[in-house]
Amino acid sequence: MLKLPIYLDNNATTPMDPRVLEAMIPYFTEHFGNAASRNHPFGWEAEEAVDYAREQVAKLIGADPKEIIFTSGATEGDNLGIKGVYEMYASKGNHIITCTTEHKAVLDTCKHIERSGGEVTYLEVKADGLVDLKELEAAIKPNTILIAIMYANNEIGVIQPVKEISTIAKKHGILFFSDAVQAVGKIPVDVNKDGIDIMAFTAHKMYGPKGIGALYVRRKNPRVKVTAQMDGGGHERGMRSGTLNVPGIVGFGKACELARLEMADDAARLSKLRDKLENALTQIEETYVNGNREHRLPHVSNISFKYVEGEGLLMGFNKNIALSSGSACTSASLEPSYVLKALGLGDDLAHSSLRFGLGRFTTEEQIDYTIKSVSETVLKLREMSPLWEMFKEGVDIDKIEWAHH
Amino acid sequence: MAYSEKVIDHYSNPKNVGTLDKSKKNVGTGLVGAPECGDVMRLQIEVDDATGVITDAKFKTFGCGSAIASSSLATEWLKGKTVDQAVQIDNMDLVEELNLPPVKIHCSVLAEDAIKSAINDYRKKNGLEELAFEERIH
Repeated sequence: MLKLPIYLDNNATTPMDPRVLEAMIPYFTEHFGNAASRNHPFGWEAEEAVDYAREQVAKLIGADPKEIIFTSGATEGDNLGIKGVYEMYASKGNHIITCTTEHKAVLDTCKHIERSGGEVTYLEVKADGLVDLKELEAAIKPNTILIAIMYANNEIGVIQPVKEISTIAKKHGILFFSDAVQAVGKIPVDVNKDGIDIMAFTAHKMYGPKGIGALYVRRKNPRVKVTAQMDGGGHERGMRSGTLNVPGIVGFGKACELARLEMADDAARLSKLRDKLENALTQIEETYVNGNREHRLPHVSNISFKYVEGEGLLMGFNKNIALSSGSACTSASLEPSYVLKALGLGDDLAHSSLRFGLGRFTTEEQIDYTIKSVSETVLKLREMSPLWEMFKEGVDIDKIEWAHH
Repeated sequence: MAYSEKVIDHYSNPKNVGTLDKSKKNVGTGLVGAPECGDVMRLQIEVDDATGVITDAKFKTFGCGSAIASSSLATEWLKGKTVDQAVQIDNMDLVEELNLPPVKIHCSVLAEDAIKSAINDYRKKNGLEELAFEERIH
């Protein structure tokens, strides 16, 4: 029996895998020690568990356990990675290159740096959402210290040419930071093969708990340091003070291990389901897939249904299917998705988009239900849409002088 | 944000969706909003020339649930009113009836604008002076 509601918003957060929860439970009550307590068994147990989890996390991304700094999540990782490099390498320069489709945690961190005297270049992306490597290289200046480009985008799922970017960074002696929240645990990420120097990721996007993440900081070729943004007891090699969230870290470790072992199977299964969903929905006329379809996460699809508005569309089924929209109305800002606008989509298409984020627990039955529900609602709302009627009558909607409000 | 029962009801069972013949002299059409802003409403009224009573009203809306509900409710209210009475419909009445939250008030403003724009279209077609309405910012 199909159980409702169906969760297809796995880019926002994932449910925790029951095996992760099982691993965590003893660390709330039985093994509750502070991992920094060096003088008794409670502390030793906690430290041992953290060490083990650190290995599990490191192994997933091909890093050394010493290169893993635990954080509260990727927002903190983005802040620590970018501000930490900016402060640590101030004598080398003050210029950072990023792109317009980054997560707000990166963009707002960069704005903060600009306010404090730094210089930031925001690269436009191509219509498929990918960074133009020539433009990237052309943006490098003598005072550039960091390139910050995400691994995969949260709204459209496109995967940036990370290896090519790191090659450029290396050639110019610049550090490369990547927000890899959406990629780690979903596709193979290897900090050495990919040439990443600093990388932020988080547990709750890969079936782990919320409130725990990590920042990878390279120790060799080159040895990277970041200035702490949180002062205190000198935890995490002095880069991030604060008592370690032991149960969270244990869960994160378990989630990483599961991802390492099951990623390939999950990805193969989910990309089939995603393609089934996408192929069925794009049978509806005037629908458009947003972003590069080749360089894309296996479980993500972002589709614009022209002439219907995203929030109105969601309302047709959001009691039964959890999805998100690039439409303005779903957020407080009333501005449609800046990511979709950065691809050059008109505001109308940005307003008409839905993001489908499949996950480990998505079933074919759920996808079939979603195809039916979304298709029916699109057709129903188009019957109600003055724009659809005009389109069908051959009226050029772009030529109408709309009263902007 | 949860929707009110009334918004859900109008969204699920919208009243008076459709199109009136805009070439007819006694049909007024208002088209307001913009695709870029995420909502466009088209509201039409058919007026009995002899009595000035609105005998039919139809809408089509591109927008969120609250925009659809506002226009659906507006068409219900229009039917049976005279044109002069219809001018008096205030967006805050729609807000109250539908329990719209502050972030959705612009939907009701758009519906009020659509009503006034349809009335003016009707007046223009019938050689009457267009009414001046204050500019609304929504």
